[in-house]
Amino acid sequence: MRVKILLFARLKELAGNEAVELELPPGTSLSEAWRHLQEQLPALRVFKSPPLMARNLELAPGEEALGVGDEIAFFPPVSGG
Amino acid sequence: MDEAGGMIQLTDNPIHPRDLIEAVSSPEIGAIATFFGTVRAHNAGKSVTAVEYHAYPSMAVKKLEQIAEETRRGFGVDRIAIVHRVGRLSVGEMSVAIAVGSAHRRDALGAAAYAIERIKQTVPIWKKEVYADGTAWLEPEPVFGASGSNS
Repeated sequence: MRVKILLFARLKELAGNEAVELELPPGTSLSEAWRHLQEQLPALRVFKSPPLMARNLELAPGEEALGVGDEIAFFPPVSGG
Repeated sequence: MDEAGGMIQLTDNPIHPRDLIEAVSSPEIGAIATFFGTVRAHNAGKSVTAVEYHAYPSMAVKKLEQIAEETRRGFGVDRIAIVHRVGRLSVGEMSVAIAVGSAHRRDALGAAAYAIERIKQTVPIWKKEVYADGTAWLEPEPVFGASGSNS
C-alpha cells in the first residue's frame, strides 16, 4: 500500500521535503515505516531513536499498524509556547 | 472559534491581547487571568535575533482545543482563549497568549498556568532560533524542568 508521511521541523529540513510517499506492505507498523523512511533517506539516520509519530492527528505508539488513508506524521519532541 | 466558550487560533498575524480578553468576558465572570509568551533576546548564552515557529496546523489546533476543554473541566472555568503565533517573530513579539475567564481568581490563575504547561508538552509546534551566525532547532524543556526554563 502507498502511504504518505508528513514530516515537520528538523525532520522536514533534513529530508528536504514536507511529505514522503512510501510503498509498504499492509499491516506495517509506524516504527517499521520509520525504518523504511531512514533507508530511503539517509539524512534521517542521524536520529538514533524514533521520532514522535502521529496517526490521524493523535500521537500513536510505534507498534500501531497504519492503514490505507491514514494521515501519518513524524516529528521531533515539541518546543512551542 | 470555540463553541464551548472562548477562542482557539493558530495565526500568522500579530496577536492582539484585547481579542482574547473580549472572547472570555461575560457578565458571569469575576476574574480574567492572562499569560503572554514573548520572544526573548537571549537564550542559553546566545544572542537571538528572531524565532521561527513551525507547526503541524491541523493537529496543533486539535490539541489546543483538547487543552482548552480539559482546562475548562479541570478548573471549572467558563471560558478560555488560546492563540499561538507561527512564522518568523522578532525579539519582543508575542508568540502565545492565553486568557481565562472564571467566577473566581484562583481558578482563573490556576487554569492559565496549567494551559501553558500543557501547550509546551503536547502541541505540535517547534521553535527554531535565529542568531547572527546561524540557526538552531530548540530541544524541548524537560517536563520536570530545572532552573532556567524558557519563556
